[in-house]
Amino acid sequence: MPSKLVVGLDGHASGERALAHGMRLAELIGTCELLVVYVIEWSPFSFQTAEENAQRHKRREEEIAMAKSRVVDPAVQRVKSANIESRGIVKHGDVAQILNTVCEAEGAEQIIVARSSEGGFAKRFFGSSTSNLVMNATVPVTVVN
Amino acid sequence: MKLFPTLLALSATATAASAQEAMSLDERVNEVFANVTGPFVNLIFAPLPGTAFPWIVLWLVVAASIFTVYFGFVQFRFFGHAIRLVKGDYSDPDDAGEVSHFQALATALSGTVGLGNIAGVAVAVGIGGPGATFWMILAGLLGMASKFTECTLGVKYRNEYPDGTVSGGPMYYIQKGFNELGLPGGKILAVLFSIFCILGALGGGNMFQANQAHAQISGIVGAYPGWITGVIFAVVVFAVIIGGIKSIAHVTEKIVPFMGILYVGAALIILLANFDQIGWAFGQIFAGAFTGLGVAGGLVGALIQGFKRAAFSNEAGVGSAAIAHSAVKTKEPITEGFVSLLEPLIDTVVICTMTALVITISGQLIVDEATGRFVLNEAGTAIATIGDTSGVALTSAAFGTGISWFPYVLAIAVVLFAFSTMISWSYYGLKAWTYLFGEGKTTEIVFKVIFCIFIVIGAAASLGPVIDFSDAAIFSMAVVNIFCLYFLMKLVRKELRSYSSRLSAGEIKVYKN
Repeated sequence: MPSKLVVGLDGHASGERALAHGMRLAELIGTCELLVVYVIEWSPFSFQTAEENAQRHKRREEEIAMAKSRVVDPAVQRVKSANIESRGIVKHGDVAQILNTVCEAEGAEQIIVARSSEGGFAKRFFGSSTSNLVMNATVPVTVVN
Repeated sequence: MKLFPTLLALSATATAASAQEAMSLDERVNEVFANVTGPFVNLIFAPLPGTAFPWIVLWLVVAASIFTVYFGFVQFRFFGHAIRLVKGDYSDPDDAGEVSHFQALATALSGTVGLGNIAGVAVAVGIGGPGATFWMILAGLLGMASKFTECTLGVKYRNEYPDGTVSGGPMYYIQKGFNELGLPGGKILAVLFSIFCILGALGGGNMFQANQAHAQISGIVGAYPGWITGVIFAVVVFAVIIGGIKSIAHVTEKIVPFMGILYVGAALIILLANFDQIGWAFGQIFAGAFTGLGVAGGLVGALIQGFKRAAFSNEAGVGSAAIAHSAVKTKEPITEGFVSLLEPLIDTVVICTMTALVITISGQLIVDEATGRFVLNEAGTAIATIGDTSGVALTSAAFGTGISWFPYVLAIAVVLFAFSTMISWSYYGLKAWTYLFGEGKTTEIVFKVIFCIFIVIGAAASLGPVIDFSDAAIFSMAVVNIFCLYFLMKLVRKELRSYSSRLSAGEIKVYKN
């Protein structure tokens, strides 16, 4: 049974660095599957207009399709072209929570993410997704600079 | 449809009125509007023969009571379950990104929590005295069962289109439900409901909001013509619903809940600062509920006002909430019914009661010290108040006695509540409009333009005719909706029994504890 690693992508260059590090680790491990995960930030407790609610299912499908085609599928292709097994996963929710949940559900060894690209007030107030993940994850987390 | 003759009549009468050059534009709009809507208002609020009791109030209360008994006091039995549903305990994590129970509830609440809670309660207490609050609370508690019934049906019979969008509401459940039961007339009743829903959207969901927002702004900056506020509001609403400037709606949707919390917080502060009077205020509420305490119309006046304003505020039985709730992601339509019953509780039992207590405690209502009874105003139509205030101005003055700067915050809150309610009701009206005339860009824009025109009329007309028409329009929706709910409620009971037995057997999956 191959080892599994979870790589969190954010659609930015920092995510690419995390992916590169994940591929390097996978090569060192040998038999390893990379799970490329993209989380669309979403809260069930946010406020929306009635019109947005009516169109929500449609928007959700569009968001997932866009994340797959622009971020996840190219990343999975890149990993596979290096002869490493890979799957892409797109989910809505809290980044830190979803990465950890996927890791637990798949029985992965560790999570690899890049240092957060968030900044400003939000980061000071709520903490970044990366720091939340490091604080709360139930598996080892590697943070790539 | 009925709306076009009304508009034509409005325009014809407006032309005649323009000859009276001595009248201001606001006065002209007001006169024309009162004349055009008068017969409709009189029909809806006609008293029961030999009494002063409007038949429509009895219609709402009897329905809410029947639903309460028919569903075995569902609002109390499933209250805890409703909270767990809103918390997401039963939500499948794989459905993340879809509309949650919380979001459906919050959206529906943003359409109901607003001026009904601020201005409407002041009207109720101003006319019916503190005793109106008792009947308002009772109406709120009973109304939870009405809301449960209509919102369950709203989800069960919604339309789900191939592109993933949904449309729901009474017009859909009336037509489909009647078909399922093999009953005739479903389509006609659905069309009738849609016509009334459009009028309700233009009345309570639009004109009343614009009118009271103007009253609040002019109370702060000084008197100026209402049509100016109307035009400004119309432009902003136009920008959102036609121009697609979602950022304005997003900001409002985020600020409105904050304003709601601020409003309840301020009320709590005032009540805590006067905690020694809370017992007296509740005494007034109970005494006034059964004796009248010298208010206009006595005991019946308090009861009518309490029930009327509660229904206007929480819209239970009106059918509007079923449109808002129908977008939720759930495999069990009844779960949204449970969630929706929290709406009248939050809106009426909690927020309206807070407003009523603050007004009662503030001393704005003038009491004859010798008799302990309220003093009526000169016309004998309402309780005399300090500064002769009514509606939102009375609430503002009452909060001002506790927190001097709060009227400024309230002014902002009123404008935002008014705006958010308009956005919600523009959607409800649009759904009814597209049900009648079909989905399509041009049809939608026609309704949206009419909606914006009515904002200007609402801001320019005076409170009396606007509030009468708003009430009549909203309640006319309830006439059709409740009539149909009596036929459809057995479908809801079937759902309730099935879900209830599966819940007891532990067959309903819990995802979070």
